[in-house]
Amino acid sequence: MNAHLQTGRQSQPSEDLLETILVVPGMHCAGCMGKVEGALRAIEGVASARVNLTARQVRVSHAGSVTTPRIVAALSGAGFASQPREDDDAPPRSAARALFAPLAVAAFAAMNVMQMSVGVWNGADGATREMFHLLSALIAVPAIVYSGMPFFSSAWSAVRNWRTNMDVPITIGVTLATALSLFETFSGGHTAWFDGVLMLLFFLLAGRTLDAMMRDRARAGVDALMRQAAPGALVVGRSGTIEWLAARDLVPGMVMRIAAGERLAADGTISAGASRFDRSLLTGESAAIPATQGDEVLAGTLNLDAPVDVKVSRAGKGTALAEIARVMEAAGQSRSAYVRIADRASKLYAPAVHALALVSGIAWLVMGAGWYQSLVIAISVLIITCPCAIGLAVPVAQVVASGALMKQGVMVKDATALERMAQVTRLLIDKTGTLTLGRPVPDPRALDALSPKSAAIALSLASNSSHPLSRALAEALAQRGVTAVTLEDITEIAGHGMSAHHAGRKVALRRPDASQSMATALDITGEPVRLITFADALRPDCAAAIARLKTMGIEASILSGDNAAAVATISRDTGLTAQCAASPADKQDAIARLQAAGERVLMAGDGLNDGPALAAAHASIAPGSASDVGRSASDMVFLGESLLALPRAVAASRRTMAVVRQNFVLAIGYNLLAVPLAMAGYLTPLMAAAAMSSSSVIVVANSLRLARAAR
Amino acid sequence: MNSIALLLPLALIMGSIGLGAFFWSLRRGQYEDMDGAANRILIDEEGPLP
Repeated sequence: MNAHLQTGRQSQPSEDLLETILVVPGMHCAGCMGKVEGALRAIEGVASARVNLTARQVRVSHAGSVTTPRIVAALSGAGFASQPREDDDAPPRSAARALFAPLAVAAFAAMNVMQMSVGVWNGADGATREMFHLLSALIAVPAIVYSGMPFFSSAWSAVRNWRTNMDVPITIGVTLATALSLFETFSGGHTAWFDGVLMLLFFLLAGRTLDAMMRDRARAGVDALMRQAAPGALVVGRSGTIEWLAARDLVPGMVMRIAAGERLAADGTISAGASRFDRSLLTGESAAIPATQGDEVLAGTLNLDAPVDVKVSRAGKGTALAEIARVMEAAGQSRSAYVRIADRASKLYAPAVHALALVSGIAWLVMGAGWYQSLVIAISVLIITCPCAIGLAVPVAQVVASGALMKQGVMVKDATALERMAQVTRLLIDKTGTLTLGRPVPDPRALDALSPKSAAIALSLASNSSHPLSRALAEALAQRGVTAVTLEDITEIAGHGMSAHHAGRKVALRRPDASQSMATALDITGEPVRLITFADALRPDCAAAIARLKTMGIEASILSGDNAAAVATISRDTGLTAQCAASPADKQDAIARLQAAGERVLMAGDGLNDGPALAAAHASIAPGSASDVGRSASDMVFLGESLLALPRAVAASRRTMAVVRQNFVLAIGYNLLAVPLAMAGYLTPLMAAAAMSSSSVIVVANSLRLARAAR
Repeated sequence: MNSIALLLPLALIMGSIGLGAFFWSLRRGQYEDMDGAANRILIDEEGPLP
């Protein structure tokens, strides 16, 4: 049994210690870290436990006698849900970490070369200047080769495919400036540009590191959310034994026992029992579908009423769920063709700059200057136009804006998401789970009608059941400040409800005798039966969010897989037009039609059925409560219940792009001022250094204005 | 000139020590969990450290 359960990555650092890594998505502060580590260290046989808060993981080093379920139980005792990390969800390597070392080397070399350059600028002469230049070269050349590698390799891969990006002019500028400086050094010349080159690399790497750190952080948050769904099922063996298997270990023919309130991990047919299933995640259909022995049920659906045994017919890659994932992958290809604004700018900028350098070189040659002087002038034009501030213009603005959005609960997953989000003109929004909360909420009027005593009994009964309706009722009552009472002999009859005794009276929370809608009946002996109805409520601030989007010129409409009646209610409440009973392919078509008509579609959705649409739309956003597929397909994920996150994300994106454009103007404008000097042959390394650093500072300062962009 | 002969190598050596220390910390995984490190100082350890 342990062999199956210990799916966590394990290695053996020493003979008798095993190492298990568990994912604990609920950790978010120092108190959580202390509790998790404390709970684990209290287990006999655990040598050490160390939390990684960024990855929301804990690494436990323990003796072989401690099993993974024992660790999971200890954590759940401390109030944390956890699960062993699977090999294939090891977090992807951090993009920022690879840049730390080049950044440090560039900073070190830039500072040391700069102190010698200051000496030269202050009039160091003869042997001293030559020694300074030689020392600078010794430090700078290896540092440039090492720190410049990220740019060189990116530029090379672009050039090899006959494309150009921002790294191509950077590489050309850096290489030529280094070559010229080396020539000057060994010919005893007056000027070397090592300090400028290193400073350029330092600023560019700083921008790029910030960019990568922002994306790592957003991705870590999303990864932690994704691991919350427990992929697996209890499997009934031939001899009646029951064991828990991970979803990837399920094979056709196995029999899964699905408790009420549990999600199916594989497709199959019901072999025993009958229940109702919520397929809203898969199709958007909100009405529960009854299924009995012999009926087919699909992975991702939620068992509502009673435990059933399901014989697995398709698992893993064969399920209907995996099929949607494949469609989604194909749909996402149009988006990967999107060209980032920095690369679009460099497509114009690089040829212009290179032509300018060439023209000044030729002009000087024609006017009778020597080869050497013409070349120096051409290269100095290249150096002064090197896109230092332009390299910072986009990443710094995006980092600041994403940070501001993250504080407001919107996580930006994709680097180009802000750019695409700023362009949207049309919103298509899914109903179940996106426009609505996606879970049943008890009718407040029914709760108001309960006496405090009945409410307390209802809470006590509901809190003892894991049925979705019971959970919703318990949550709603607890929020109203109701406190539970003690009950005796509580029993739960699957498919019927909860019953117990309170103060000598029989009390029950059960399936109503006759009700069309989702409801539960509170039955207290001696009192009339109270019917509590449930409905999927609209998210708060829904109307305000739609109104705000409208003032921004974004028209919204509903695109739902649900039946016409359910969609009509919501459509009336929100005043939006709607398309109902849309299959995943229909949704994708609707987006393709609008985009062909010139609209840029923002898709907001949460379900598996929205996956292809989320991937196909120009930009997409999903609530944090969305399915794994929904979250991984969307560009942004918003936490919390308020739909105001949508207009907020669009507004912040638009402001970001406005600042990016300002940055381009500032950066290029600044360089343009210095270009005539360079073309006239008056440019000195001191001027280049001053121009470079001050334009970078201006661009950074301008970007910092975005810190409050997400209000 | 003499002061330069002393100060330049000194600056370079001290700089390289700093750079070396940074590389050491990078390799030791001290940048693996920036959020955790920031929060860890707030944990109240009761009793002796294990």
